[in-house]
Amino acid sequence: MKKRKERIDRGIKARSSDIFALLSWREMLYLSAPRMLPIIGCLTLPLILGPYWQKVLLSVAVFALLAISWDILAQTGMVSLGQALFFGVGAYCAGVMNHYFGLSPFITLPVASVLGGLICTLLLLPVLRLRGIYFSMVTLIIPLMMVRVIEATKVFGGTEGLSGMTPLPSIWIELYLVIAVLLAALFGFRRMMDSDYGLILKGISDNDRSVINAGINIYQFKAQALFIAGSIGSFCGAFMTHVYMFVGMPVFALDYSILPIAAAVVGGPGTLAGAALGAFLLVPMSEALRGLGGLRIVLYGVFLVIFIIALPEGIFHYMQRKYQQFERWVEVEK
Amino acid sequence: MIKTPILQVDNLNKSFGGVRAIRQVSFDLMPGELLGVIGPNGSGKTTLVNLITRFVKPTSGTVAFKGQKISHLPPYKIVRLGIARTFQMVKPFYHLPAYKNMIIPLYSPRMKQLAGGRYGDRDAIALDLLEEVGFERDSHVAYKPAGALPQGYLKRLELAKALALEPDLFILDELFSGLSLAEVASIVPIIEKIRLQGKTIIMIEHRLKELFRIADRIIVMNNGQKIADGLAEEVMENEAVKSAYLGAEAD
Repeated sequence: MKKRKERIDRGIKARSSDIFALLSWREMLYLSAPRMLPIIGCLTLPLILGPYWQKVLLSVAVFALLAISWDILAQTGMVSLGQALFFGVGAYCAGVMNHYFGLSPFITLPVASVLGGLICTLLLLPVLRLRGIYFSMVTLIIPLMMVRVIEATKVFGGTEGLSGMTPLPSIWIELYLVIAVLLAALFGFRRMMDSDYGLILKGISDNDRSVINAGINIYQFKAQALFIAGSIGSFCGAFMTHVYMFVGMPVFALDYSILPIAAAVVGGPGTLAGAALGAFLLVPMSEALRGLGGLRIVLYGVFLVIFIIALPEGIFHYMQRKYQQFERWVEVEK
Repeated sequence: MIKTPILQVDNLNKSFGGVRAIRQVSFDLMPGELLGVIGPNGSGKTTLVNLITRFVKPTSGTVAFKGQKISHLPPYKIVRLGIARTFQMVKPFYHLPAYKNMIIPLYSPRMKQLAGGRYGDRDAIALDLLEEVGFERDSHVAYKPAGALPQGYLKRLELAKALALEPDLFILDELFSGLSLAEVASIVPIIEKIRLQGKTIIMIEHRLKELFRIADRIIVMNNGQKIADGLAEEVMENEAVKSAYLGAEAD
């Protein structure tokens, strides 16, 4: 007897576009768990981790933010290969403000986020008209170019970089600051992407002619998405500058471009939560494999390939489906 | 009172490399007119639409709308002036419900302009507009993902998107293609209703029979040139048109 899998949506008893009629604590739990679990998890993790893994958590959160920044751009139809540009520009903004003007991290972080977002938007403004792979190529090149510019002109400490930055007062402030920003970005921008404004952004990636045909200036919207993504990326850079107390050419390294993409692809492209989830898997795994030396990258690569083949939709979409639907095997009638 | 043309197309030319897609096309369109544009495949009908709406930049020539030259404006600004078009290939957001597809035109700055700086409840307006083009209000059709809708509904959705912009000039690019006779028959009254509101319409069509029934005037295109312009009966008697459609007779 042949069997097939049947999927049935888990019913929510009464539902309209924005009113949920909640009938029991079970239903409330069912609806709120996907939001509460990551929040509670993120807030308690720093308390249970040791000092080494607390440091890892910092870079997990930073890569999660970079992945979210990548995903916002990707959902707007701009596949970036250069998150390192955002990261690096933010890092140098904070570094310069702190090193030359002695501004405290609590000023440099917000200012660098906004300023970095603006600089990145201005840098990429001329290429907004490019679509698809052409846009990607330019974003790949610009961070590599920035490294050479700094090397050649010896600005901002040249190859030496700038060191002796003011650190944030304590590891706890670092941890909870970055986690708060991560949660705010995750839920805030998710809400934005689900709103009508987000619909226009997604519309640009799906069918830009139909958006133009509504009298909408798509370049204005693309520039806004770029600014949002640039600001998130710049915050990451600025934050890491204060964590490492150093800023130098490595901030434009390819890692900051590639890892967020890997995280978003493994986690589930097209969803910000998926992008963040990917970072929460990949970064700790890369740390755990550190003992293996050269084999680390090989194993890491093998894992990525297996993941992409086995779950091409991404972990988040898979989990979402399992959570929202019953599955059962039913016999197929001949 | 002499009416001034709403659209003036003057000596429009377009070359793609060596191919001259549109050659010296000129015509005037009066307000309230329904103009049909016909012609064999590859005769430049869609290119003509793309040139008017400036999705494609003309090589030379001008287009004026309500007396204002528009052929130098970017396409989104032309839409804001009051020209809305539909696309031959409908490409909705397949995973979104039909009424959510209407959000994009309803988000248009033109809507804000018309409503005096306010957008209003977009979901409600979307459902109203969809009802106008034949999505029954009390059915679930408007809430279905666009990907699950039959072609007839997708074309209506495309029409509703143009309607949402409240334009003065509609350009409908092969709205009837791929539809059954019954579906066409159900869309024709919607077009006639738009006409009764005094709107101007340009229809690009291959379905001549249905088009001739509603059009005031027909332009025939062949090889990028306008070969005939006039009433439907006149145009079909034209020798050049006959040879374009049936092929030139052998000597």
